[in-house]
Amino acid sequence: MSDATDTTQMAHAADKAKIWPMYRAVVGLGFLCGFIIVGVYEGTKPIIQRNRIEMREQAIKDVLPGAVTTQAFMLNEQEQFVTVPSAQENGGLLFAGYDESDQLVGLAIEAQGMGYQDVVRLLYGYSFESETILGIRVLESRETPGLGDRIESDPVFLKNFGTLDVRLTSDGSSVANPIEFVKPGEKTDDWQIDGISGATITSRATATLLRESSTSWLPKVNAQKDAFLKGKRSP
Amino acid sequence: MTNIDQKHPTGTDEFLKGIWKQNPVFVQVLGMCPVLAVTNTAVNALAMGLATAFVLVMSNLVVSSVRQIVPKQVRIVSFIMIIATFVTVVDYLIQAISLDLHKALGAFISLIVVNCLILGRAEAFASKNGLGRSFLDGLGMGTGFTLGLLCLGGVREILGSGSLFGVSLFGSSFQPWVVMVLPPGGFFTLAGWLLFFNWRAQAKARSETSNVKETLA
Repeated sequence: MSDATDTTQMAHAADKAKIWPMYRAVVGLGFLCGFIIVGVYEGTKPIIQRNRIEMREQAIKDVLPGAVTTQAFMLNEQEQFVTVPSAQENGGLLFAGYDESDQLVGLAIEAQGMGYQDVVRLLYGYSFESETILGIRVLESRETPGLGDRIESDPVFLKNFGTLDVRLTSDGSSVANPIEFVKPGEKTDDWQIDGISGATITSRATATLLRESSTSWLPKVNAQKDAFLKGKRSP
Repeated sequence: MTNIDQKHPTGTDEFLKGIWKQNPVFVQVLGMCPVLAVTNTAVNALAMGLATAFVLVMSNLVVSSVRQIVPKQVRIVSFIMIIATFVTVVDYLIQAISLDLHKALGAFISLIVVNCLILGRAEAFASKNGLGRSFLDGLGMGTGFTLGLLCLGGVREILGSGSLFGVSLFGSSFQPWVVMVLPPGGFFTLAGWLLFFNWRAQAKARSETSNVKETLA
């Protein structure tokens, strides 16, 4: 290779002879790297899973102020809400939070949708009593640090929640005023979400995923509200 | 760099050059993406620095130990593969240590792969030197990078949030300079530090020339 006086043919033959070492090096290193990654993945998997569940547990208590115990629910094939063990990590779960006297505080519902960079997964708290969204906690996001990730920290944006109106229509079949996104400072109604300037796309995505999730879940959970009330006592 | 190599530097020299003479942040100005992006708090800076240092040390070790069997045509792909492996490892380890930290560092952990400092050390040093030296080089460069990040992260957190490592410094009357934790603050702080180090280097060079002149006179 390095010898400039080589004829092309000789260089070609020399190249061919060198293919095996190249192949060996790349494939060999590939296997080695694969083993390292699989080893570390398997080793850290249970710890990461435990961390995720702990984080979710904390998030549930954050979005449902006053909740001390939680119970996970899922919708079975007969469209009934049934209890499932909380210590699992699959999606589509709802969590009921209960206070010290075992009274239902509300539901924490997981929702996800496309943000600016990638899928944003969050948990929001719903109160049956006030029919509002109590708060949100981001479970997973890869939004731009300093901009998109402010949906979790921006005090003005977080003020949207707590009084965010998701009342159902009188027959309980749909949300009376689906959540709307408005530009920063233009909020006039309780069902509107004021955006964050500089994080318009992420805050709009948050509003959209909350609207989609609330319009599909809230009629269902309200129709079976009793399932959550006695959920604490059923095995 | 060449004159250091020619003089057969000791192990201590290999380690120290990354911290001072060839500091990756302030002298080589490498890996600016994480330097500017995740230094809004001292904790983030420290975690990012340590993660990068770990990847740097491990990749230097592996690159140095396989340097004889990797043909030079495929060296870059092999190095990147090794680096990407350790970045994935770091990603899992950070998730296992703290998910909050993982959330704060976000996409920048995966981006350690493209930090030119790491490939630079693999190519310029580890692929030409033995295990021990490569280890010391990685450790020194990693420490230098971490210190560099801490210099930025410390200043930005103190001015931008009025705290250091989360401990409030000035009490509630302090009005934080919010711009310092935002992206422009990264540039301001980096410029400030570079100004300081270059000014020092110039002052040193000036005093050396005047010393030489005195001896000549």
